[in-house]
Amino acid sequence: MNTNSNTYTFIYASILVVVVAAALAFVSEVLKPIQQSNIESEKRLNILRSAHLALELNGVSNRNSYVADMFNKYVTNSYCVDNDPKLPVYECTLDDGSTVYVVEVSGQGLWGPIWGFISLKDDMNTIYGAVFDHKGETPGLGAEISTKEFARQFEGKTIFDNNRFISISVVKGGAKPGDNHAVDAISGGTITSNALQEMLYNSLEAYIPFFNSKTHQ
Amino acid sequence: MFKKIFLEPLFKGNPITVLVLGICSALAVTVKLEPALVMALSVIIVTGFSSLILSFLRNTIPNRIRIIVQLVVVATLVIIVDQILRAYAYNVSKQLSVFVGLIITNCIIMGRIEAFALGNKPWPSFVDGLTNGAGYGLILVAVAFIRELLGSGTLLGVQIIPQSWYMTNGGFYENNGLIILPPMALIILGIVIWIQRSISKGLIEKQ
Repeated sequence: MNTNSNTYTFIYASILVVVVAAALAFVSEVLKPIQQSNIESEKRLNILRSAHLALELNGVSNRNSYVADMFNKYVTNSYCVDNDPKLPVYECTLDDGSTVYVVEVSGQGLWGPIWGFISLKDDMNTIYGAVFDHKGETPGLGAEISTKEFARQFEGKTIFDNNRFISISVVKGGAKPGDNHAVDAISGGTITSNALQEMLYNSLEAYIPFFNSKTHQ
Repeated sequence: MFKKIFLEPLFKGNPITVLVLGICSALAVTVKLEPALVMALSVIIVTGFSSLILSFLRNTIPNRIRIIVQLVVVATLVIIVDQILRAYAYNVSKQLSVFVGLIITNCIIMGRIEAFALGNKPWPSFVDGLTNGAGYGLILVAVAFIRELLGSGTLLGVQIIPQSWYMTNGGFYENNGLIILPPMALIILGIVIWIQRSISKGLIEKQ
C-alpha cells in the first residue's frame, strides 16, 4: 500500500485522533471521582491548616479519610455570609474551646489564580493563621507564597486599625519591624506579592459586614 | 544485542550525563527523593510505551506526518500518566506540577523514537525505551538522594541525620540550604559527569 498518498495520510490521521480522543475521554471519566475527592480533601486540609490543625501528616495511611475526620471534629459550623459572590465562613472550635473563623480569599496571580484561607480570632481583627496556594506561579519565586515560612508572617497581624479596615500589605524590601499591617514580600516575586496584597484587600473587604456583625453582637 | 540495548543507556550512553538530554526537568524535580522517584517512573513508562506503540505502527505511519503521529502518541501517554498521578498520588503530582506535562518535550523520548523505535521491532524498542528512561531516572534519583540528604537531612521524608547533631539542639551540624536551590543540582550533575568520565576514559573528547 502507498503510505504516502493523500487519502491514506488523511484517513490515518483521522483514525488516530478518534482512537486517542476515546482513550483520553475514558481515562478522564474513570479517574474523575477520585481526583475530585482529592481536590475536596486538599481544600479541607488547607482550611484546617489555616487554623494550625492537622499539621502533621507523616504516618497517616489514608490521607483523605484522616482529613475528613479532622474536618468533622474541628469545623463545627460552616455557612456562606453572602451568595453573590460566595463568601464561605468555617468556624473551627479549637482544643482549648476558643473559636476561630476561617474565611476564603482568592484572586489573580501572575500566571493564574491564587487563593488562600485566613483564620481570624473572635475579635475579627487578629489573624490566627493563614495558608496560601496557587495554580502556577513561578517556582522558587512567586510560588513561595505557598510555603509555611511566608504564611507564618501573617500570624498576629491585624486587619483593622481603630475600626478602620486596612488589610495587610505585602511590602517589597521588607516590612518595618512592629508594623501590624504588613509582611515581607518575596524577592523576585513582586507581581505575585502585589497580587496577593490586592487579593487580601478585595476578599477581606467583602467580609466586612460579617466582621462587623460579629463584633457588635 | 539485548545486553547492549539494556546496559548502554544506563551508563555509557546515559541520556543525561552523556547525551545531555532532559536536563531541565532533572534540575527541577530533584530537591526531594519522592518526586524524583515518581518522575523517573513516569518517564520510564512514557519512553517504554511510546517506543513500543510507535514501533508497532512504524510501517504504517505516513512519512509526511511522522513527527505529528509521534507527538500524539507521546502526548496521550503523558496525559494518561498525569491523570493517574492526580488520582492516586495527588500530593506528589502537585509537587511535580508542570513537569509531568513537560515530559512531552523531553528530548530523550522523541530522540529514542526517531533513532531506534522507527527502525526496530517492537520488543527491542520497548526495552530501549525502558532503559533510556531508567538511565534518566537513575541520575535523577542519584542527584535527589544527595540533595535531600544534605539539604533537608531526610530521605523520602524520614529523618536520617540524628536530631541531636543539629546546632539548634546543641550539636555541630546544619542542613546545607544551598543544596536545595536549583544551581546546586547543576553542580551535582557536573560532579556526576566528572566521576563517570574519570571511570570510562572513552567518553573524554580527544584534544
